[in-house]
Amino acid sequence: MTRSILGFFPSRQTLPVAGDRSTHGNHPGGGRGPIGKVDVTTRNDHSAASPNWAPAFAGVVHLVGGRRARSVLASVGLLAFVSGGAAYAQDAPAPQQTPADPAAPAAPAGDQSGGLVVDVTGGISAPMPIAIPVMPTAAVVSTPAGSTDVLGRQLSEIVTNDLRNSGLFTPLSPGQLRPVSFPEVTAPGFEYWGSTGAQALVQGFIRANGDGNLTVGCYLYDVSSKAELTRTGFVVSPSDWRRAGHKCADMVYTRLTGEGAYFDSRVVYVSETGPKGRRIKRLAIMDQDGANHRFLTNGQSIVLTPRFAPNQQSIVYMSYLNNRPAIYVYDIGSGKQRLVVANANLTFAPRFSPDGRNILFSMAQGGNTDVYRVSSQGGTPQRLTNSPGIDTGGSYSPDGSKIVFESDRSGGQQIYVMNADGSNQQRISFGGGRYATPVWSPRGDLIAFTKLGGGFRIGIMSPSGGGEKLLTNDWQDEGPSWSPNGRVINFYRSGRGSGGKADLWSVDLTGVNERKIPTPLDGSDPAWGPLRP
Amino acid sequence: MSKLSNILLACTALIAVAGCAKKRPAVLPPAPVDTNAPVDPNAGMNNGNVGGAIVPGSDADFQRSVSSNTVNFGLDMYDIDPTARAILDSQAQWLAKFPNQRITIEGHADERGTREYNLALGDRRANATKNYLAAKGVSSSRMTTISYGKERPVAMGSDDQSWAANRRAVTVVLN
Repeated sequence: MTRSILGFFPSRQTLPVAGDRSTHGNHPGGGRGPIGKVDVTTRNDHSAASPNWAPAFAGVVHLVGGRRARSVLASVGLLAFVSGGAAYAQDAPAPQQTPADPAAPAAPAGDQSGGLVVDVTGGISAPMPIAIPVMPTAAVVSTPAGSTDVLGRQLSEIVTNDLRNSGLFTPLSPGQLRPVSFPEVTAPGFEYWGSTGAQALVQGFIRANGDGNLTVGCYLYDVSSKAELTRTGFVVSPSDWRRAGHKCADMVYTRLTGEGAYFDSRVVYVSETGPKGRRIKRLAIMDQDGANHRFLTNGQSIVLTPRFAPNQQSIVYMSYLNNRPAIYVYDIGSGKQRLVVANANLTFAPRFSPDGRNILFSMAQGGNTDVYRVSSQGGTPQRLTNSPGIDTGGSYSPDGSKIVFESDRSGGQQIYVMNADGSNQQRISFGGGRYATPVWSPRGDLIAFTKLGGGFRIGIMSPSGGGEKLLTNDWQDEGPSWSPNGRVINFYRSGRGSGGKADLWSVDLTGVNERKIPTPLDGSDPAWGPLRP
Repeated sequence: MSKLSNILLACTALIAVAGCAKKRPAVLPPAPVDTNAPVDPNAGMNNGNVGGAIVPGSDADFQRSVSSNTVNFGLDMYDIDPTARAILDSQAQWLAKFPNQRITIEGHADERGTREYNLALGDRRANATKNYLAAKGVSSSRMTTISYGKERPVAMGSDDQSWAANRRAVTVVLN
C-alpha cells in the first residue's frame, strides 16, 4: 500500500500503465486518486528547494493522482517552489509574482482587470476568442506517457477541446498560434496575441520530474490588459497526465465564467452494439472528452442505467446476470461486484445518495413498482413510496434532503418531489404531456427530465416545477445526466427503424451547443460522474 | 493360453464392444436454454426435437399446441383483453395436461417509453398474465415472471404495427 504524500490525502493503489485496457475487473485504475490540495507558501529559501522544481506559484498547488512523491519532497515537508525560478536548467525567468496572498482563492470573475468576463446567462451569444499555444517543455524527456514535447502539444489540445466544447470559447486555429519559448511562458508576447484577436491567453509548460512524475504549469492572461489573471500547477503521474490538461482548462473556465469546474470528470454509460432485437450492452467508462475509454463488463448480460458513487470508487447499475434482473455495486478498482438486494424478483433504476450511504432504487413486487432506499452496503430495503402506480427513477437533491421521482399514479408519468424519508410527496410537473427520468442538478437549482409527447425531448424545470424549458427536439432523446457544475446535460438519442441506434449527446442548459459525444460503439444511459478531486 | 481361448476371448470382446456401441436414446435431453435472453418464438420449434419428433411437454410442444405463446397489450396498458383471454385459456389447458412443467412469463414494452418505466410496465404485463393463468388453475408455484422492458423487441420497425407486436407477454415452458 502506497503511503500518502505528506499525509494530506488517502493512499492510492498502483496506477495502471498507460495502455493497459483489460475489459474485466482486476483493474486497479478505478477511483484515480484524489488531489491533495496543498497550500503552498512561496519560499525564497533556496537551500530547501530542489533544483528540479518549477517556477514558484503564488497560489495553490494541486497534486493530481496522489502518487507518492519522492523522499526529498517528503523531507521538505511541503512543495517548495523557488521564487525566481532560477533552478531551471534552461534560463527560465522569474515568473511574475502576483501580489495576492498565496492562500487566497482565485478572484471572482467580476473582479478582473480589463473586465474579462464570459457571459453564460441567457445563452452563448459571443464565445470568447482565446489563444492556447503549445506548452513548451524545459527539456525533452521520454516518459511512459510520451515525450514531454509531444505532451506539451497534447496538453494544449486538451485545453483547447474542453474550452471549445463548452461553447463559450473560440480557440484560435493552429495556424494562428505561434511557438512559445520556455521563457515566454511567464512573459507573454502580448502584442502578438493581441493582434490575433484573442482576448485571453493560456500558456503553460510541462516538465518531467526526476521521480517519474510530471509537473504541469498553467497560466491565464488577459491579453488587452497584459495581466496575469491566475495560475496553477499540477504534479501528476504519467498515467494521469490528461487530468492536468483538464484541470488547466477548468482553471481557465472557472476564472472567466464564474461557473464551477467540470472538465476533470468521467462518464459511465452503456456501450451498445449488435442488432436491435439483441443488443449487446456493456458497461463502459471514459473521461468526459471520450479519452481513456474502457469496457467494464463483457456483454454476456444486459446491463442498464449505471451511476457513479459520490466517491467515484464504485458504480451501481442493473444487470440481467443469471437471468435475474437486479442491481449491483461494481467496484472499479477490483472489478468485483455484489448484489445489493437479495431475494427480490426485480430491482432496477438505482442511484446513490449524495453522501454515498444509501442507494435509491425501484423494486417490483406483484406487478407494482415502488421507490425504496437501502444502505449501500446492502440489507433490508426501506419503502419510500406506496402508490398503486408505477413509482420509479428516484434522484436526490444535492443536499440529500429531498428526492425527485416519476410516478404514473395520476394516470400518466409525472414528476414528484418528496422528502428523503418518503413523506410529503408532491407532484411538480403540470405542463401538459408526460414527464419521466427526473434528475436533480448538482447545483440544486434545476431538475432535468425526459418529456414525452410527440417525441422524447430533454427539458429542465425548477424544483417547484416552474420555468420549464425544453432543450432538444429530436425523435427520441432520453435519460439526462448533469455535469458536475450543473451547466451541461448528457443524454442519449435514438434513431428510428430497424437500423436505429442510440448515441450519447450533450447540450448546454441554455439549449445550445448540442453535440454528439464520440464513443467507440453506440451508447445509452450516460451518467456523468463528480468532479475528480 | 491356447490359441482357441484367445480367439474366443477376442470374439467375446468384439461382441461386447459391439454391444456397448452407443444407441441413440429414445428421448434426447432437452436443448440447452439460453439463460440470458427470451426464447425467440420462431426458433422455439427446434427445442426438444428429436429427428423431427417434438417431445411432449416441451416448449416446442407448447407452442404448437396452444393458440399462441404470446398475448399483446394496448399502449401503456396491461389488462388482459378478450383476445388475450382466449389465448391464455388455451395455454392453461395445455399447462393442466403437463402439471409438472414450470413456466416463466416475460413482460415486454415497446420503444416509445422510457427505460425504467418500461421495466416496470413489462413487469405489470407479466404479472397480469400470471394472475390470469393462476385464476384458471395454474399453480403459482409453477410460474415465474421476468421483465425485459424495451430491451428485446421482436419487431424492429418504428411504426404502430411493430410497437403493437412488442407490447407483449410471452409464456415460455422451461425444459
